[in-house]
Amino acid sequence: MSQIFELAQSKLLEPAGLVQSDLNKLFAQLMGPGVDYADIYFQYSRHESWSLEEGKVKTGSHSIEQGVGIRAIAGEKTGFAYSDEFQFPALSQAANAARAIMEHRGDETAGLKVARTEQQIPMLYDAIDPLLTLGDRDKVELLERVEQEARRQDPRVSEVMTNLVAAHDVILVARHDGKLVADVRPLIRLGVSVIAVQGERREQGNSGGGGRYGLDYFTEDIVTDYAREAVRQALTNLEAEDAPAGSMTVVLGPGWPGVLLHEAIGHGLEGDFNRKGTSAFSGRIGQKVATDQCTVIDDGTLPNRRGSLSVDDEGTQTQRTVLIEDGILRGYMQDTHNARLMGAQPTGNGRRESFAHLPMPRMTNTCMLAGNYDPQEIIESVDKGIYAVNFSGGQVDITSGKFVFSASEAYLIENGKVSKPVRGAMLIGNGPDVLTRVTMVGNDMQLDTGVGTCGKEGQLVPVGVGQPTMRIDGLTVGGVQV
Amino acid sequence: MSRDAVSADGSSAAAQSNEDDSILQELAHHVLATAKRGGADASEMAISRGQGFTTTVRLGAVETVEHNRDKHLVVTVFFGNRTGSASTSDFTTAAIEDTVRAACSIAKYTAEDECAGLADPERLATEILDLDLDHPWQIDVTQAIEIAKECEDAARQFDPRIKNSEGSTVSTQRGTEVYANTHGFMGTTCATRHSISCSVIGEAKESMQRDYWYSAGRDYRDLESAERVGQTAARRTIGRLGATKIKTIQCPVLYEAPVASSLLAHFISAVRGSALYRKASFLLDQLGNPIFSDGVYISEQPHLLKAVGSASYDAEGVATKTRNIVQAGVLASYVLDTYSARKLAMETTGNAGGVRNLHIKPGSYDFNGLIKKMDTGLLVTELIGSGVNTVTGDYSRGAVGYWIENGEIKHPVEEVTVAGNLKDMFKHIVEVGSDVDTRGNIRCGSILLERATVAGD
Repeated sequence: MSQIFELAQSKLLEPAGLVQSDLNKLFAQLMGPGVDYADIYFQYSRHESWSLEEGKVKTGSHSIEQGVGIRAIAGEKTGFAYSDEFQFPALSQAANAARAIMEHRGDETAGLKVARTEQQIPMLYDAIDPLLTLGDRDKVELLERVEQEARRQDPRVSEVMTNLVAAHDVILVARHDGKLVADVRPLIRLGVSVIAVQGERREQGNSGGGGRYGLDYFTEDIVTDYAREAVRQALTNLEAEDAPAGSMTVVLGPGWPGVLLHEAIGHGLEGDFNRKGTSAFSGRIGQKVATDQCTVIDDGTLPNRRGSLSVDDEGTQTQRTVLIEDGILRGYMQDTHNARLMGAQPTGNGRRESFAHLPMPRMTNTCMLAGNYDPQEIIESVDKGIYAVNFSGGQVDITSGKFVFSASEAYLIENGKVSKPVRGAMLIGNGPDVLTRVTMVGNDMQLDTGVGTCGKEGQLVPVGVGQPTMRIDGLTVGGVQV
Repeated sequence: MSRDAVSADGSSAAAQSNEDDSILQELAHHVLATAKRGGADASEMAISRGQGFTTTVRLGAVETVEHNRDKHLVVTVFFGNRTGSASTSDFTTAAIEDTVRAACSIAKYTAEDECAGLADPERLATEILDLDLDHPWQIDVTQAIEIAKECEDAARQFDPRIKNSEGSTVSTQRGTEVYANTHGFMGTTCATRHSISCSVIGEAKESMQRDYWYSAGRDYRDLESAERVGQTAARRTIGRLGATKIKTIQCPVLYEAPVASSLLAHFISAVRGSALYRKASFLLDQLGNPIFSDGVYISEQPHLLKAVGSASYDAEGVATKTRNIVQAGVLASYVLDTYSARKLAMETTGNAGGVRNLHIKPGSYDFNGLIKKMDTGLLVTELIGSGVNTVTGDYSRGAVGYWIENGEIKHPVEEVTVAGNLKDMFKHIVEVGSDVDTRGNIRCGSILLERATVAGD
């Protein structure tokens, strides 16, 4: 048995005295005529957060969430219940509630004679508890150092807020077909937020990063970069003028601006919307949805990335899924439920916020691959437009395909040169056609620093994005200057 | 949140519920005592426990039935002026011990902060009002499925262009919350919340549009009928078919009531204590100054019966009260909890945990009257994206709605943004409608702005 599996078993099954035969009894309750699939998701997670403001770490918090989610699926019907207790009677009650969706009860006395075999999956991160990778005093000092570094940059820095979050997540997925998969998932994040003041103007800058590491990831060099980056943004914004309004050429910088791909393309290619035919991309596999230069993937296998998982929350190994290849729509992201109903293969995108939520198809790390252009050449090609390098987030209407993402750092491009910074610009476009307007793709593919969180139907999961510099002709910029 | 196995006899359910409450109250005493044994000088804790189910029907068939049963406990300890906090969903004695220990351990490393601590004892609520918040809905899953079906059927039969559906959802929840602190305060609140919602998709000329509608309330008898929710969802979806972009323009903008409340939410996030003492607000030092046009009156009404935000006390046990926040456009009060009030050398306004039933005084125009009054401009019915900067007031969000000309709806609009600066937008509120949307914590009619920038082609 693997070390991960042993750890999961000791955290999740043993304290409640659960053994293999208990799992069999639960599946006997869940399975029955008409039931295609059932799974039981055990989870223990521990989360810690420290926050600094006004030069002091004033607050810290620790939380433990644990429980078991039980699901039974028949055709398109899903029954779901969960318990925050691990004892067999509580699980049995939850299994009955989940199973009640079907007309006929399972034969509770039979017991499923399925051999439960542990699946070995290559790990993309260490099975550590990141909360234990740094002493509490050192965590406090780390935040203080970042704050001091930010203040040192410029006397106009008036407020600095820093935040450190570490989470330890142990999961075990048992499926009706005997599959049994465990995962131990570390996740850390450090954020810096700065306000700079000049005369009457106040502006903010934000930065940070992290991933599936221990806290020793935050080396002096890395956190110094975060601090300087937040200050640089705030100071830039002090000089920013109102953004223009209207349709124009937009050049997106590399890395985090890949939020465009997440909103404009990614959500519309999630299997659930396409099974239901509610996505603007429904039924468009094989069609041209982007220029030849565009290849977009969702890759859950990048080691240590915030959006990566060794296995998804249904126990499927993650993979690199090609969504768009040389401009042609190739595939959707699937969980087991939607894959089965669409006659497709699961792609390792079945994710859930916790045991208390139902899994659904979600992105991991969504990226555009590098093209041929030098980034400088791309900027020089634009007479008049916007160069947007940082974003605060975005949203999409899956059905109409309209998406937005809001720039937190952007500049005018005038005569092939980056000129004045502009502020407060929301970009808006149409998902199925935005990539048909991509005329140049840079050779500088970059991933983001590890700060993304995606919300869907109220469930939050960590994700990543990445892209090279990219020129889009004719995107609407939502500034105020007409 | 609510119960999934309802006892047929209401009185025995009530008795059961009282018994559960006393178990939670005992647990609260135990947590505070454990913190004291751990050396804490003061402590506070909150327990929430809820139960319910949510069922979704799509294209006439059951899609999901989700049963939820949640519990959560959070404890905050004070060692002098140092603070630590911890939470757990495990209520066993050992887990409670561990949780309190974790909070105490954190407090060893946090900094001295002279403003930290419990609320002042004289501000704590002494009277717990009966705000009529607890109305369990005695339905089972089968009945909920029938209601959801009725709702979705009404939407699908509304118009042949309704071709697809994201489903109709019925949810019923019942929860209990206990807050206690070492000043001797203990408050227990039992509340329900039920909802019916529907989201359908219309198709015309190879393009699809989705819209939705919902009804929600503490008492299921106050919900709109399933049929009406479905029809409204369908009407809104059909209205969006054939939407186009418009040319970039500065024009009047009318926010329909369900989205107008977001403008007030942005206002509140700029006058709450945590934004003010961090100087992260575009409304710093504005107390006593005009910040809205002079016809605007905003108040907080925490004691409304059955309302979503109603409460006798805030998240620190401080008594809530009905009060004015904006009078004739002038900022009359901030939104403070104990900590931010101390930071600002002011008094708490009983807003730990946020505002409760924010209310903007309705004017005399109804929704159609406002459209006539605007004459020509953009009616906004949905907003997407969070392009609001609370530090500067810069505002830019994606919008969907209708182009209005000569007081009539001309055509649906999509893929545009509405932008401006909130400082300026607040001062150019021309009218607040009488069409108040009471479903949420911000009770607001439609809002007409004199102008904003609408970016399109």
